[in-house]
Amino acid sequence: MSIHYVLRRLAIMVPIFFLVVTLVFFMIRFAPGGPFSSEKSVSPAILKNLEAKYHMDEPLLSQYVRYWKDLLRGDLGPSFKHANRTVNEIIQEALPVSLELGLLALTWAVVIGIAAGGMAALKPNTVYDYVPMAFSILGICLPTFVVGPVLVLVFGLWLQWLPVAGWETWQDRVLPSLTLGFAYAAYISRLTRGGLIEIRGQEFIRTARAKGLTEQEILIKHSLRGGLLPVVSYLGPALAGIITGALVTETIFNIPGLGRFFIESAVNRDYTVVMGTSLLYFTLIFICNFLVDLVYAVLDPRVKYV
Amino acid sequence: MKIVFLTVYFLTLFCSSLFASPQVLNLGNGTEPRDLDPHTVTGIPEFQITQNLFEGLVGKDPKTLEPTPGVAESWKISKDGKTYTFKLRENAKWTNGEPITASDFIYSWKRLLDPLTASEYAYQGYYIKGGKDFNQGKLKDASRLGLKSADPYTLEVTLENPTPYFLSLLYHHSLYPVHQATVEKHGMRWTRPENIVSNGPFSLKKWKMNQVITLEKNPSYWDACSVKLEKVNFYAVEKSETEEKMFLTKKLHATATVPTEKIAPWTKDTSGVLKRHPYLGTYYYWINVNRAPMNNPLVRKALALAIDREKLVKYVVKGGQAPAESFTPPGTGGFHPQSHLPKDSSRVAEAKKLLTQAGFPDGKGLQPIEILYNTSESHKKIAEAIQQMWSENLGVQATLYNQEWKVFLDTQHSKNYMVSRAGWIADYNDPNTFLDMLTTGNGNNHAGWSNPAYDLLIEKAAKELNPKKRHEIFQKAEDILLEELPVIPLYIYTRIYLLSPDVQGWFENVEDVHPLKYVWMK
Amino acid sequence: MSNSLWTDALYRLKKNKLAVLGAAFLAFEMVFFFLVPLIWHLGYEVQDLEMTFAAPSISYWFGTDSLGRDLFSRVIFGGRISLTVGILASLVSAIVGVVYGSIAGFLGGKSDNLMMRIVDILYALPFIFLVIILMVYFGRNFILLFVALGLTQWLTMARIVRGQVLSLRHKEFIEAANSLGIRQREVVLKHLIPNTLGPVIVYLTLTVPSVILEEAFLSYLGLGIQAPLASWGTLIKEGVDVMDLAPWTLFFPAFFLSATLFSLNFLGDGLRDALDPKGARD
Repeated sequence: MSIHYVLRRLAIMVPIFFLVVTLVFFMIRFAPGGPFSSEKSVSPAILKNLEAKYHMDEPLLSQYVRYWKDLLRGDLGPSFKHANRTVNEIIQEALPVSLELGLLALTWAVVIGIAAGGMAALKPNTVYDYVPMAFSILGICLPTFVVGPVLVLVFGLWLQWLPVAGWETWQDRVLPSLTLGFAYAAYISRLTRGGLIEIRGQEFIRTARAKGLTEQEILIKHSLRGGLLPVVSYLGPALAGIITGALVTETIFNIPGLGRFFIESAVNRDYTVVMGTSLLYFTLIFICNFLVDLVYAVLDPRVKYV
Repeated sequence: MKIVFLTVYFLTLFCSSLFASPQVLNLGNGTEPRDLDPHTVTGIPEFQITQNLFEGLVGKDPKTLEPTPGVAESWKISKDGKTYTFKLRENAKWTNGEPITASDFIYSWKRLLDPLTASEYAYQGYYIKGGKDFNQGKLKDASRLGLKSADPYTLEVTLENPTPYFLSLLYHHSLYPVHQATVEKHGMRWTRPENIVSNGPFSLKKWKMNQVITLEKNPSYWDACSVKLEKVNFYAVEKSETEEKMFLTKKLHATATVPTEKIAPWTKDTSGVLKRHPYLGTYYYWINVNRAPMNNPLVRKALALAIDREKLVKYVVKGGQAPAESFTPPGTGGFHPQSHLPKDSSRVAEAKKLLTQAGFPDGKGLQPIEILYNTSESHKKIAEAIQQMWSENLGVQATLYNQEWKVFLDTQHSKNYMVSRAGWIADYNDPNTFLDMLTTGNGNNHAGWSNPAYDLLIEKAAKELNPKKRHEIFQKAEDILLEELPVIPLYIYTRIYLLSPDVQGWFENVEDVHPLKYVWMK
Repeated sequence: MSNSLWTDALYRLKKNKLAVLGAAFLAFEMVFFFLVPLIWHLGYEVQDLEMTFAAPSISYWFGTDSLGRDLFSRVIFGGRISLTVGILASLVSAIVGVVYGSIAGFLGGKSDNLMMRIVDILYALPFIFLVIILMVYFGRNFILLFVALGLTQWLTMARIVRGQVLSLRHKEFIEAANSLGIRQREVVLKHLIPNTLGPVIVYLTLTVPSVILEEAFLSYLGLGIQAPLASWGTLIKEGVDVMDLAPWTLFFPAFFLSATLFSLNFLGDGLRDALDPKGARD
């Protein structure tokens, strides 16, 4: 892999970024309703003052240019709804929450997924295989918004082991991250099992077995690296999925992350926050895919990047 | 000196060590507050916090809803009811230790009315002489507003009209004082915990967006000794289902509301945590009186009569709400409107007769009525039920349209609808808060309805000092409304929420105000 | 030759138990959803305000919801909506993807390079966020919904088809056809498209469940299909809120949604293995 490749990947980002900014900017502006629509009537004079405050009285095109100028300085503008915050400040508060949730979910997914898949691959077609695989089927078929509330009902309301909502203590983190990671754990366990079983049939493993290594040693020393390649390539889509899945998880568990700001700002016509969060999501997904590709290249030297 | 110190010491001791249980209250507070600037916020979640963070000239007794001394320790009202002289207490202080003076109020009210503040509640200051003109830019000179201070602790307010409910208005957040130097120094950031200077029984400690706002007891508050709570957490919980679960697991002491479907099971609960009381608000439908066929009063009346409100509240709304027989909720400011609608059994027959008179026997020839509502499960259910009632009772077809909130508001403002769902909650405890909305040209009059006789009545009521006569005038206004029906009242709101028995000093009242300075934990 | 390819595939598919189970369930569902409403006595919209949250019984097989509506017919109608959205959106994605992919593959060279670069760029777009914005701003219109969902899915289809066309272009029989002077259009119609059909069907089968899931996801956020229509996602959202009170309102729609996702996923996997035994996963 070369610097050239990295640079080219990053260069692609420029037109996409331009596209996203333009698309989202005009999409939300052309839609009916505005940030100042309100239940109580607002006098035209007041409305004019409000519009002037946010430069909404300028022609759309110059607002667009203004947005770019501010954006290039790293300024995402003031929020319309959260009157005493800028979008930068909102992101500063909400992004760490979403990142933590996402990373915890990913950790669950990888740890549970590889453990369950490894166990299944070690003793295929036994109960050690069937139980994890049955779970993985459940995980693939049950959407997050069913898993989450059911976990809340069982562990939060009935057993009262864990809190039902919030984001203050470590206990608050358990159910949301499990909910979010569950489906990906399921996928990863299937991929791990498939990858390990496939590689076991290959020659170098048979050689190792002939040398008298135990199955566990073979699994850890030889199979995992090759067998996990499908898992690594799945991490890109998984991360993107976790980022989107967090929208629902944050809603279920009342978590103050980016997802809630994104949806709420779209509904409230909080233009600047919609823009800011969309751009951030786009960047996050882009970076995740990029990193996964890099890791993949390191793990599998056969992959050539043209 | 020593004696003073000892007194303070004992006072502190007396104030704080009385309670065995931690004095921390956790409340569900609905959506994330937009801001805590009392002059620009509009919502209920914001009000729940600002009423404890700031204090106006008067407070409110949660039992009787009568004004109690606040920053003003006493007041005098002139004979014509137009001049109020407030005597401010000298021990009232800002959280930074500065005293609160009359000029703080003058600054604050000017700020509320200043067009640049762009306050949606500026009309709460229209009662002050010159307030409306100043807000609309017709009066430039702020010194000509009806606000004067003879000395730092005397505030004289001249009103446009005698306004019998003026004192009760003063509890509204739009008329709270703000600290000029802080507002000017920090601009839009002045309400952040690190910047804010306030004057209420509690001060702002922490603000985590979409999560929690924490208030702490304000030791510099003049009546700090009677404040028992040490800390109050307002949790931003959007979904009522989540809130209920948090209540069940004891994370919240009180919820903002109860999910509709859970009201029935909670009613069977005998522990008394379900609180339910009438509330000054009406759920109604706007009728666009300029759009055919709704421009025909006979059609409007027929439609209004064909709705079985009893059934609606019992099976659809389900919260024990009262069917609305008038636009103003009964008891608002002591006013109990009389309804002249026919008694229930004859209503449908009457409705059919009216519809035939209008030229649409059994709904024949009448185009489908479009009902607009903002996207929500509960509004949808109500609209569906009414659709069924019109079809069964009158043979009138209705189509339902739902729009997402902001689009809905725009449609309503531009009067691009036939029938539209609405709700109004009293800004203050007086019939005027409901009835003046329907005057000609009022920005909130989405019916496009105009009736000079009605306008005259509302104007007359604003100048009438005798409560009995005022109520007679309001009754006449109500009669016109129910004859003309630019609105179809459906039900009177009920406040329903869950409250832990550990919370003491909390009173259920029609205004749903709960000043936390009176609340403590058992 | 194509005959034996399909027979072989069918044989292999039949040996895959999960795929057969999935196919059987889907077939059952199709028949069930389109026949039952003809004979079942309760409409999905009919309210019985005095029978709210009735538990499953002989007259209400799946119980009733908060307005006393029969959940059995609501699950069936919800299923029709979910499946319709899933299938229509997948077709949208298939049409766009196949057209785009085959043009790129057929033209080859610089145009192909450019077209695929555009696909690469679009891949990095967080489409679901754009769909959310679209749904919030332009209303929850049925047509908009499946077109928008379809447009999030066509990229992979385009890649698959383009790859297929590219590899087929150099196969002997195509070159033979070319050398015989058969017009390019006919080559595309008679040879290329039929031969890319396999992978397209496989991918289509796998797109349907992901679209159904996306629609349910939007519905859960309150942005999906709106009343009086209700998809499984809408029903699940309603059920989740009252699951401790009336578990059946969650269980039945969730069961059908999950079973359908399961069936489509395993049928799709099975088809892929059957049509391409070497298991070249993309």
